[in-house]
Amino acid sequence: MSQKNRLGGGLIDRNQPLSFTFDGKSYSGFAGDTLASALLANGVRLMGRSFKYHRPRGVFSAGSEEPNALVELRGGARREPNSRATVAELYDGLQARSQNHFPSLTFDVLAINDRLSAFLAAGFYYKTFMWPSAFWEKVYEPAIRRAAGLGRLSTEEDPDVYDKGFRHCDLLVIGAGPSGLAAALTAGRAGADVILADEDFMPGGRLLADAGLLSDQTADSWIGKVRGELASLPNVRVMPRTTIFGMYDHGTFGAIERAADHLSEPPADKPRQILWRIYAKRALLAAGATERPIGFENNDRPGIMLAGAMRAFANRWAVTAAKDVVIFTNNDDGHRTARDLAAKGVRISALVDCRADAPASADFEVLKGAEVVDSRGRLGLKSVKVRLQGGSTREIACGALGVAGGWNPNVHLTCHKRGRPAWDAAISAFVPDPNVDPLLRAAGAAAGIFSTHGALQSGMQGAIDALADLGRRAGPIPLPTAEDAPVNVAPFWHVTGGKGRAWLDLQNDVTIKDIRLAHQEGFKSVEHVKRYTTLGMATDQGKTANIGALAIIAELEGKSLPEVGTTIFRPPYTPVTIGAFAGRSRGKEFRPRRLTPSHKWAEEQGAIFVEAGNWMRAQWFPLDGETHWRQSVDREVLAVRKSVGICDVTTLGKIDVQGADAAEFLNHIYCNGFAKLPVGKTRYGLMLREDGMAMDDGTAARLAEDHFIVTTTTANAVSVFRHMEFCRQCLWPGLDVQLISTTEAWAQFAVAGPNSRKLLQKIVDPAHDISNEAFPYMACGEITICGGLRARLFRISFSGELAYEIAVPARYGDALIRRLMDAGEEFDVVPYGTEALSVLRIEKGHAAGNELNGQSTAAMLGMGRMVSQTKDSIGRILAGRPHLIREDDYRLVGLVPVKPEDTLLSGAHLMTVGEAAIAQNDQGWVTSAAYSPHLKSSIGLAFLKSGDKRHGEVIRVVNPLGGSEFDATVSSPHFIDPEGERLRV
Amino acid sequence: MRYSAMRVFWEGLTGHAGWKPAWRNPEPKAEYDYIIIGGGHGLAAAHYLAKTFRKSRIAVLEKGWIGSGNIGRNTTIIRSNYLLDGNEPFYEFALKLWEGLEQDLNYNAMVSQRGVLNLCHSDAQRDAFRRRGNAMILNGADAELLDQRKVREMAPFLDFDNARFPIQGGLLQRRGGTVRHDAVAWGYARSADSHGVDILQNCEVTGMKIVNGEIRGVETNRGYIGAKKVAVAVAGNSSRVMAMAGLRLPIESHVLQAFVSEGLKPVIPGVITFGAGHFYISQSDKGGLVFGGDIDGYNSYAQRGNLPVVEDVLEGGMALMPMIGRARLLRMWGGLMDMSMDGSPVIDRTPIKGLYFNGGWCYGGFKATPASGYALAHLLATDTPHETATAFRLDRFQSGAMIDEKGAGAQPNLH
Amino acid sequence: MIINHPLLGPRDAQEFVYLGDARLIDRPDTMSETALDDFHAYLYLRDNPAGSHRELWYHEQGDRSWLVVTRDTTTHEILHVELASDYAKQRGRDR
Repeated sequence: MSQKNRLGGGLIDRNQPLSFTFDGKSYSGFAGDTLASALLANGVRLMGRSFKYHRPRGVFSAGSEEPNALVELRGGARREPNSRATVAELYDGLQARSQNHFPSLTFDVLAINDRLSAFLAAGFYYKTFMWPSAFWEKVYEPAIRRAAGLGRLSTEEDPDVYDKGFRHCDLLVIGAGPSGLAAALTAGRAGADVILADEDFMPGGRLLADAGLLSDQTADSWIGKVRGELASLPNVRVMPRTTIFGMYDHGTFGAIERAADHLSEPPADKPRQILWRIYAKRALLAAGATERPIGFENNDRPGIMLAGAMRAFANRWAVTAAKDVVIFTNNDDGHRTARDLAAKGVRISALVDCRADAPASADFEVLKGAEVVDSRGRLGLKSVKVRLQGGSTREIACGALGVAGGWNPNVHLTCHKRGRPAWDAAISAFVPDPNVDPLLRAAGAAAGIFSTHGALQSGMQGAIDALADLGRRAGPIPLPTAEDAPVNVAPFWHVTGGKGRAWLDLQNDVTIKDIRLAHQEGFKSVEHVKRYTTLGMATDQGKTANIGALAIIAELEGKSLPEVGTTIFRPPYTPVTIGAFAGRSRGKEFRPRRLTPSHKWAEEQGAIFVEAGNWMRAQWFPLDGETHWRQSVDREVLAVRKSVGICDVTTLGKIDVQGADAAEFLNHIYCNGFAKLPVGKTRYGLMLREDGMAMDDGTAARLAEDHFIVTTTTANAVSVFRHMEFCRQCLWPGLDVQLISTTEAWAQFAVAGPNSRKLLQKIVDPAHDISNEAFPYMACGEITICGGLRARLFRISFSGELAYEIAVPARYGDALIRRLMDAGEEFDVVPYGTEALSVLRIEKGHAAGNELNGQSTAAMLGMGRMVSQTKDSIGRILAGRPHLIREDDYRLVGLVPVKPEDTLLSGAHLMTVGEAAIAQNDQGWVTSAAYSPHLKSSIGLAFLKSGDKRHGEVIRVVNPLGGSEFDATVSSPHFIDPEGERLRV
Repeated sequence: MRYSAMRVFWEGLTGHAGWKPAWRNPEPKAEYDYIIIGGGHGLAAAHYLAKTFRKSRIAVLEKGWIGSGNIGRNTTIIRSNYLLDGNEPFYEFALKLWEGLEQDLNYNAMVSQRGVLNLCHSDAQRDAFRRRGNAMILNGADAELLDQRKVREMAPFLDFDNARFPIQGGLLQRRGGTVRHDAVAWGYARSADSHGVDILQNCEVTGMKIVNGEIRGVETNRGYIGAKKVAVAVAGNSSRVMAMAGLRLPIESHVLQAFVSEGLKPVIPGVITFGAGHFYISQSDKGGLVFGGDIDGYNSYAQRGNLPVVEDVLEGGMALMPMIGRARLLRMWGGLMDMSMDGSPVIDRTPIKGLYFNGGWCYGGFKATPASGYALAHLLATDTPHETATAFRLDRFQSGAMIDEKGAGAQPNLH
Repeated sequence: MIINHPLLGPRDAQEFVYLGDARLIDRPDTMSETALDDFHAYLYLRDNPAGSHRELWYHEQGDRSWLVVTRDTTTHEILHVELASDYAKQRGRDR
């Protein structure tokens, strides 16, 4: 295909032709092109449709501020909606499609909205679509939603990977234009650690777009030399294709590196993009400036673009949007564009300058004091209407119009910490708040210094000043001479007098009329105007739109622009791929997996695993022939009650408490007493929060006068340890006590059932007597097993059976489970999982997570009397508040369905029999439920109002979610051995 | 001026010359019967106080522009899927008011009942959902407990096959959904104004005049304004304003970040929340994915957050729905949350006669707006709490009657 | 945010867990007649200032020190960091 609008020169590689498709049609471009430049080269001006009116649109800018030329890039699972053609690097085989139209880009039926625009003014939807009310979801909203939106997201999983990383530097230079390059060179030569990041794939910034000379060399040549030197400095890291998108606290910057977006797909095992968290001691904002348009009727047609973009396309990419061009400007920079285009052989049909004293040109006609007031050409610009100084009008045919309304410094990052930009009348633009943050400075165009000379010098000075803050000296470096043209701009935001629509926000279709209407209706502050009209809320966040709207508000309010103020720029500077924020934390890798010491062994047994926080625990161990989980669980439960079973309980938190004051410390953190616990004994303990509610329960075993082992529940292992450290360091710093979490250091197994002692006796070394007499219920001790392996033994029980927990150093956990299973063969030992563990504890009436949910008092759990009133423990005082000591509060009870065929479900609510099932009659809820193979019945634990006084009562169990309702008998929560005799045999 | 399709049509034909300001911009009077501080919930309170309770001489004082606080910077979700008796009837009352709001206000706030689906990933979560869903139904709300198959039918794009924490099911409230948040503020303001309420923007309260334990008026940057009753509804800044009355609150201010993506054609049907991480999402009518997660976790008045929480939120997002990887995050912002000590709000009298307090909304204030306004109006008009808000007492931490949905205790950043 | 740990130097705030107002160190006397009121004020009421705030951070992914960090809640600027155990002792806490 011919590239009919390709000019000579440019920074593209004509030896590397690339082919690509747009809307299915093939085109060609060159390496160094963007999709936008390549389309323009091929004479394509129409690239998209606007959001609301579906107006035909073409490329408007040459950079990341692009509001119009948004396309769906790539296809299938890699489809990327709303990709800006102006920053999409061309690669061979690139596929792009236009978006937000039906059925096609050139004929879009939703363009009917444009015809109806009189009725679709700002905020019209707040005033209608209200009747009848049910129609909103069913009729109006679906239609609106289909019409709205932009590109289509793939509904498939994103196949690419993303990485994250951290980087540190003395000076972060944001932008690699003239000021950024000068700064990086200055700081780099001074030996500072420098990161130079730029969103573009090529360093140079505006130097690439402007044809000026630096001393006697081309900009390209100077950039090449600087680039070479920076690459040679080990203390300088240049990051192309990297956008610094946000400034956060204490010198943290968010950066996104598009590592592989310039390829058709990332190389194998390489990330598509990388999210960097950059920690900078100082930063220099050298992010340049964005040109602003001038409002006039129908200023949105394909072919109308920013003049500076036209210049960039011509000089850097060697393309023009059309052979014949008109420039409309309020400042000298527009003349520069016209000159550069003319030098490239583009015909300048006229330069329209609103200033009566505009400079003349020998190369083209300059219409002084004139304004472009309208345009023609639905799918592409055909002509513009110019109002001449005298008031007469002239129609000028052209294929493209460049609009130059002056430049706005890219102050965005200086606002991320709530800095408010300051108005600089000399350049009629907002510049960075000088007090934004001592570690962020601005230089070059970002600071409102627009000449190349000024940019180079301010970049160098910015680096010198930043390093001086850090106590480092950086010398002035020799910099080339460059143009130093003064800024000569007449504030001029839009032409007046027209009746039609003049666009401000191109993407969201916000016109000058919309701003006026909003103001008329009382939406006068910038934030109200923004929200009422959607100005600046599109994917470009109003980078080219906002200033024009502010000017109109200022006119309407009779205020100056700085009095009106700006809306707040928020991160990100440009939109950032969502996947990059997640990095590798997705799918199975979303969170780490913690494995117990017996995991490998359990896998060998074919165990089914369940997530318990980050732990993976064996849930049950199916045997051949067991087809339903209940068969396995029932078998495991019965085996424990009949003989012996083994369960890995390593996940329980273990905290080693040592020191002369260890017992006193535990006395503070448990509500029950620990001071008098003898050495060699274990005690059940309940911890309260300071607000008096139960926090966690577990055991504390006293191995020596000054040494305890505290256990916690799996879920609270971390938070309890944190709480204990708080008590130790903040509340009782004078106590002689030290804590360490040993959860991972010890593999621990519950050995439960009537034969548990016999089993253990086979592996415990003979020197240690674990008979009932020598090692009674709640005994603990340090022993050796298997011929000398040190171990800890606790005679504690969660199941209600004779039971022990045995702990060995974690590296012996796998060996121990295998030894225990071997030794237990004669007792038909079974491994049991968390399901059986849960059934066993429900049968026994032990509280667990569903009861210890942070909403329960000790009294609710039936442990009210455990709270010692004679010592200072956490939670004691506030546990005594009136509402928490009500006699009619909830109490833990057991439930058994009256009819055996009924099944209790946790989460069902309880009603007094005969009362309506409504909230006012609610008596409580089922906290835990299970099938008890021992009782051959469904059983449950429940919190019931005054439940301790209602044993024997029949109560209504209601589960309206499942549509079920039946009777159950209230009982003690201890279904098994309420006297605890089995524990003591 | 009444809004209607006919009116929109007529104005379209006649150049929109007839639209009047949605509310007046009056000068403060010397005294009002009722001053409500805060142009968020306060607008709703003023609307009900004037329209329903037929009170007059009412002013709403807003330090910035109405709607510039949390009512205009949230993720727009409405729902009444609460567990506890102190909360559920109140939020269900709010939901019923939402359902009739647009007709009441003659303003289309785009109340969209597209459903709120909370996902569960463990047996314990499912048990808790069953308890909660049943409590909702017993309180007259709607709830459905879905199994994995039904969740998959509703949202096939969720990660069912490769998830670290597999989706077991979900609790669905079909009547939940989203509302256009700014329109809520504007609709209430317009209605309140039409019922004679003075909306005083850029009117910052700088002090309170209290004589013998009784409120007499407020000092503002626009001068002293007398009042018989003053209500404070400035969630996020409650402590600062109530400190002017010498009161300390069971509240901390925290930052909650929220996020919106670029506009996309419809992909997400309603509101979906992740149960194994901090992430919830919906899609606006304009097409942006609107999402959020946990608060940053430290006291802050900065109205901006930091990157770790952004990453945490999007890790949750990618774990839940990996299709969003190639969408782009467009904007992130932070709002100030009144994080209370039990995660529930306060609507109550204060120890100072004539001074009323509405706050402590944590990150759930938006959905409460109509009921919060109604209950505050009820309290102002009758000096008794509304029947659905009786538990929202300021002294409940003294009595022990906390309303702690999460069971997290007296640590605001855990709620 | 970066917290300058008095023992370990600058550390990313991500390594820490936040608790809240450092007044939680000033736990009231449980034996006082007014203990219930004192504990209510201690546990539930906050100054919640917009400005300088002394607060507790725990170095969970680190050395397990509790720190008292003085930070401006309007700018997040950190003004001072000290070990909570030192601070608690200064406030008269002992055993």
